[in-house]
Amino acid sequence: MLRITGGKVFDPANNINGVVKDICIDDGHIAAGADGGRTIDAAGMIVFPGGVDIHTHVAGAALNFARAMTPENQRAAAKFVHTPERRMGIGGPTPTTYATGYLYAGMGYTTVVEAAVPVLSAKHTHEELRDTPIVDKACCLLMANNEIVIDLLEAGDFERAKQVVAWLINAAKVYGVKAVNPGGVTAWKWGKDAKQLHEPVYGYSKTTPAMIISSLARMIDQLGLPHPLHLHCNNLGAPGNVATTLETMKVLEGNRAHMAHLQFHAYGGDDWHTMRSEATQIAEYFNAHPNLTCDAGAVLFGNAVTITADGPWQHLLYQLTGRKWGNLDVENETGCGIVPYTYKGSNLVNAVQWAVGLELLLLINDPWRIFLTTDHPNGACFWRYPEIIHLLMNADFRRERVKALPPKAQKRIVLGDLDRQYSLYEIAIITSAGPAKALGLSQKGHLGVGADADVTIYNQNPDGELMFRYPRYVIKGGKVVVEEGEIRHLEEGREFLVQPAFDAGIEAYLRPLFQQHYTMSFDNYPVEMHRIERAEVRECK
Amino acid sequence: MLTLTIKQQPNVPLEAESIAPDVIAPLSHDAVRALPVFLGKRQCRLDEFFDVEGAGSEDIEIRGDAGRVKWIGRGMTRGRIHIAGNAGMHLGAYMKGGTIEVTGNASDWVGAEMADGLIRIAGNAGGQVGAAYRGSLAGMKGGTILIGGSAGLEVGMRMRRGVIAVGGPARDFAGLQMKGGTIFLLRGAELRTGAWMTRGTIVSFAPLQLLPTFSAGCAYHPTFLNLYAKYLQGLGYTLATGTGAYRRYTGDTSMPGKGEILIRCGAA
Repeated sequence: MLRITGGKVFDPANNINGVVKDICIDDGHIAAGADGGRTIDAAGMIVFPGGVDIHTHVAGAALNFARAMTPENQRAAAKFVHTPERRMGIGGPTPTTYATGYLYAGMGYTTVVEAAVPVLSAKHTHEELRDTPIVDKACCLLMANNEIVIDLLEAGDFERAKQVVAWLINAAKVYGVKAVNPGGVTAWKWGKDAKQLHEPVYGYSKTTPAMIISSLARMIDQLGLPHPLHLHCNNLGAPGNVATTLETMKVLEGNRAHMAHLQFHAYGGDDWHTMRSEATQIAEYFNAHPNLTCDAGAVLFGNAVTITADGPWQHLLYQLTGRKWGNLDVENETGCGIVPYTYKGSNLVNAVQWAVGLELLLLINDPWRIFLTTDHPNGACFWRYPEIIHLLMNADFRRERVKALPPKAQKRIVLGDLDRQYSLYEIAIITSAGPAKALGLSQKGHLGVGADADVTIYNQNPDGELMFRYPRYVIKGGKVVVEEGEIRHLEEGREFLVQPAFDAGIEAYLRPLFQQHYTMSFDNYPVEMHRIERAEVRECK
Repeated sequence: MLTLTIKQQPNVPLEAESIAPDVIAPLSHDAVRALPVFLGKRQCRLDEFFDVEGAGSEDIEIRGDAGRVKWIGRGMTRGRIHIAGNAGMHLGAYMKGGTIEVTGNASDWVGAEMADGLIRIAGNAGGQVGAAYRGSLAGMKGGTILIGGSAGLEVGMRMRRGVIAVGGPARDFAGLQMKGGTIFLLRGAELRTGAWMTRGTIVSFAPLQLLPTFSAGCAYHPTFLNLYAKYLQGLGYTLATGTGAYRRYTGDTSMPGKGEILIRCGAA
């Protein structure tokens, strides 16, 4: 039992906008009343539902490779020293598993979605997530470059492809499906990319990226997954990619979809010298199409590590930076590239990227359809979200920062002309209520009776960065996990997953393909349910 | 002056980054004795291994064989450390100012990633002098390291600025991935000198077996060497630049790089 009294509550899912009211917690859930137990006096404080990160990279083979590739970041990073209540760990751009849990919880986030998991390394990912404490977790499965699925699409066998996708979701024990550079990673295995949406993928005669995208979006809607197709478009990061992004959105008409890290897909210009923001164009289209949601994928200046299944893009980035490059091949499923990167305010391209992320957050009218992310660790580390919140809430501060950009960059962006300022209510939407809704997690992102008791309490402060960086209390599943900036209790998080129905006959089709093409035997491939600690299976409609 | 005399050799290397003028100068005698040092994972007091004489000072003298004492002078910005004996690994790593002198030998990673200051070793040094730690983009960014004797592998690996002079022979990969700065090899080096260098200067007073990716330019009399000789002479280090010409090679073209290697003509 726990009662939070006197706090100003922001609970957008229940239309509660800054009303002073008590929040009661009983047995890990929000309750109508609470008898006895502890009372937290939150007078003068702000009460939010716990944060939900819809797109982040915190576990799995690729992130682990990135950790190993950047010892220089680990040396400089904040250290978590072992205490009776806490395991040790390292912060920095790619925090270790335990530190990831502490840092998210320390910022008031209680649910995170690992956005890119290949089936082949799903076991590893789940094991790392098990060691990521406090927060609840879910995974998205990489699917748009799976050769078995693309072969079936090429043969025109949509129905069987759908069965394979459903089987793979069951095998990997994941919550959603992610498409990364559809067709591009397959082509990368031949040293090519997929830049044109309507041209066949290299090595295929009929299948185009557009066909993969629309097929996957349809399959996911038909399978009734709570979260729609989670899409990383083709041509990420390239000047002029706005055309591809708009075309992709058109392909998605009639289906639901979540556009991941939209910032990286909203550029105009012909090359790096003429690159400019096209956030206005994207936002205009996006505002008119309610079938779509997106996350910002905002960039902040400083050190980052770029990690993506988008292998060809990472090779280009490596050539641009001359820094380290890691490339992983994941057999028939996908690939991965890793390049440490430093975003600099003095760099024209980086300045435009910084502005585009904020512009999208300000130009997309409906906060229920755009969510706060940095595509951690690609655009910036997740623990820097409060810096973005401050930029969104304070137009004067934002203009000051725009003035510090190179004059050439200021002409390529519209950020300086935007007056919109986010209210606390809107911040609660983009950091919690909105992403929970887009994920279909009905017990997250709100403080109505029956919801998970994930509550974050902040000291009110005109400086949004300070306010959101150091919550006064964080409550996860009804237990106070952060108090006065210290981790007080180590509550292990759950993992959400879905198990869509599939035709059992599909295994007879897949088995010989596996024997022929995979290095792993078919029986060892699926992740067993007992490997997932505290699994919670969510229903498909 | 503060004097530390080794009274007990640690059975495994002792991590003693607290031995730096910035840490010690404001402390009382008792506080210096109580400074933390790490023996493996165990935290110990400094006076378990050293006899301490005097109170905190910017002038520190270490007597005895400190060959198993790591991180002496880490990140120091001022003052002087004089080691009458040997020094362990990571001597003066990350230092930003001040002076370290060693009368004996030093181990690996002397002045790694240092930004400024002077390190002078009378005897031999180990590998990775002035180098970048694993993963870092750049090694030493300034300052001077003067070695009387020989040096190990990867001298000046990824260094960006500053001067390293090695009196004796250096081993393989001197100037590996060098990005700037100057290395003097008074008695040459073993294999693959300057491999992957993109900028910077390596001057050898002895013949070098160069990689095929270095191309011969010309023979000339580089006047800037006299400036270096004058600067180092002021620090008591003699560069016998001689009166002859130097043959200039550029590379490493496998990068492609704009570094240069100068070899004194007739040095053979």
